[in-house]
Amino acid sequence: MRHIISVLLENEPGALSRVVGLFSQRNYNIESLTVAPTDDATLSRLTVTTVGDDRVIEQITKHLNKLIDVVKVVDLTEGEHIERELMMIKLKASGANRAEIKRTADIFRGQIIDVTPNTYTVQLIGASDKLDAFISALGTTSIMEVVRSGVSGIARGEKTLSL
Amino acid sequence: MVVRALHDEGVKYIYGYPGGALLHVYDALFRQEDVQHILVRHEQAATHMADAYARATGKAGVALVTSGPGATNAVTGIATAYMDSIPMVVITGQVMSHLIGEDAFQETDMMGISRPIVKHNFSVSRPEEIPTIIKKAFHIAQTGRPGPVVVDIPKDMTSPTERYEYEYPKSVKLRSYSPISRGHSGQIKKATDLLLAAKRPVLYTGGGVIMGNASDELIQLARMLNYPVTNTLMGLGGFPGTDRQFIGMLGMHGSYEANMAMHHSDLILAVGARFDDRVTNGLDKFCPTAKIIHIDIDPASISKTIKADIPIVGPAQAVLAEMIELVAASKKQPDAAALKTWWEQIDEWRTRHGGRYRTDDSDKMKPQQVIEMLSKVTNGDAYVCSDVGQHQMFAAQYYKFNKPNRWINSGGLGTMGFGLPAAMGVKMNFPDADVACVTGEGSIQMNIQELSTCKQYDLPVKIINLNNQSLGMVRQWQDMNYESRHSHSYMKSLPDFIKLAEAYGHVGMKVEKYSDLEAAMREAFAMKDRLVFMDIYVDPFEHVYPMQVPRGSMRDMWLTKTERT
Repeated sequence: MRHIISVLLENEPGALSRVVGLFSQRNYNIESLTVAPTDDATLSRLTVTTVGDDRVIEQITKHLNKLIDVVKVVDLTEGEHIERELMMIKLKASGANRAEIKRTADIFRGQIIDVTPNTYTVQLIGASDKLDAFISALGTTSIMEVVRSGVSGIARGEKTLSL
Repeated sequence: MVVRALHDEGVKYIYGYPGGALLHVYDALFRQEDVQHILVRHEQAATHMADAYARATGKAGVALVTSGPGATNAVTGIATAYMDSIPMVVITGQVMSHLIGEDAFQETDMMGISRPIVKHNFSVSRPEEIPTIIKKAFHIAQTGRPGPVVVDIPKDMTSPTERYEYEYPKSVKLRSYSPISRGHSGQIKKATDLLLAAKRPVLYTGGGVIMGNASDELIQLARMLNYPVTNTLMGLGGFPGTDRQFIGMLGMHGSYEANMAMHHSDLILAVGARFDDRVTNGLDKFCPTAKIIHIDIDPASISKTIKADIPIVGPAQAVLAEMIELVAASKKQPDAAALKTWWEQIDEWRTRHGGRYRTDDSDKMKPQQVIEMLSKVTNGDAYVCSDVGQHQMFAAQYYKFNKPNRWINSGGLGTMGFGLPAAMGVKMNFPDADVACVTGEGSIQMNIQELSTCKQYDLPVKIINLNNQSLGMVRQWQDMNYESRHSHSYMKSLPDFIKLAEAYGHVGMKVEKYSDLEAAMREAFAMKDRLVFMDIYVDPFEHVYPMQVPRGSMRDMWLTKTERT
């Protein structure tokens, strides 16, 4: 099953490589990973999406907790949560296709953020499967480049991941 | 600042080898007398010495190695300590900070190289933080599940021309690290109830009892309950080896009765052990009728390979002490009738196959006989530091360890070359104790250069070299699984170990006949102030038994070359 694990870690050199190293050493899988500082400058928040059975996910959270630079770990998928990912996608947009891309982007509430006579660059925000759906909805449109931010997530309601 | 911090931490000996990046530190060492530095001949030996000190005392050992090759030579020793959860602080020199990343002379990314084999590592970026970092390193290494910590120090951080205020912190606190001090009372209560209700119980204990200083509690609990106890390779000595309740080591080369008892048990109390693949054999066939209580200080060890029915995260000592109280206060007592039947069954297993090997009429020695003699000559009271291979298993099976911290071996990583430096590290700190290095002609040659260090620092250890002229464990596997094709498992040109020992200024002894063994060994141990290299020729065709059948259950074992369960 797919899990979204959020980690607060010390904003220090090498902290990220400890987390990434753990996944490769123990043969865990990383589907996406994002990391950035938080409002507290001493802390970074890292979100990793991974796939594994309950035993593997339990081991992942336990081993993350063992890392000295890791302050807190939560598996967001255990509770109600919101996930978002940002995608920018550059498409060949000429002729009749140009209007079709615009329509599809509108349906998905995407925004065209860069335009040339032959291309559109579309920005789309949503859960990962929505971004996947947009890509398949494009059909035969030729995709020139895709960049995705990886998943960020937050718990619903009053629950927080903080010190 | 580095040396002063080590002194303030109470460090007496450090083991190391100088080099460019550490010259400032070595100069500071020269100008003081509190911290004594032991110069090894290869950095790997420095780490093993520090490691063995920790295994014998429970306190972190310290190694000091320079950047580049010094640091990479230490890697094997760091990994050895990591796999066995041994507290150790390794200080590595580093090139000047402005040169880092430029492929400078003797530069290596020690932070990167060591990351997967340390509990934590630090890189010093400001000289004034050295005391705090060293304090943190000891704190992390010695608390919780212990482990090695690397402190990487660029040369300019130790420059003697710059002065900083020095204060060694009494304690440190890390917001992201707070080792647990006791187990969950509710879980302990539940576990105790289950324990008292068992009909075929086994106490299965590992290195956590040794490093967690919980041997007394284990003995007390085991005696109260009259339950059988088995130890892992790392846990030997945690329960007295000569006690009737001790049923031997378990696992791949465990005793017949221990593996049988595990397989047929209805309750396993695992303490400070990690259900390692060398213990469990095939996971899907592991102990089908047993409920499992697992006590471990590291939550990640629990339910890693075998699911625990009652997990208890906490230090072995505190949790066992709480269990003892509960058992003492409980109205319920162990089921005496069931226990009697269980012991009869165990004793039957014990008499059927327990700890036997075959001798023939010739005067050729079996390696097991040598270990039994060592146990006899040293009254089971020596520190036995082992290398890795058949001799290690024979030592584990046939030396009767009655005290914890006496059996010192590389269990997890299986590092050949560990034995001699380990024996040196122990002897340095326990000069009056008998310290034996049980080794083979393969392992000993992996760190034989340390005979020179032994001379320099007067370390009269006794080397028990079980010479079978082959890499015995490799050969055993080749015999069993590769139709005896002995690919590179023998050595054609062994040195004359007697002359070699003498060349280093020590005593060499060659023993070829069993009838000479006892007298020779007594003579060797009587030479209190000399290192004696006993080159003992043993049967080269001997195998270690029992040996579990790969991927089988715990009870599936080869008992001799032709007999299996």
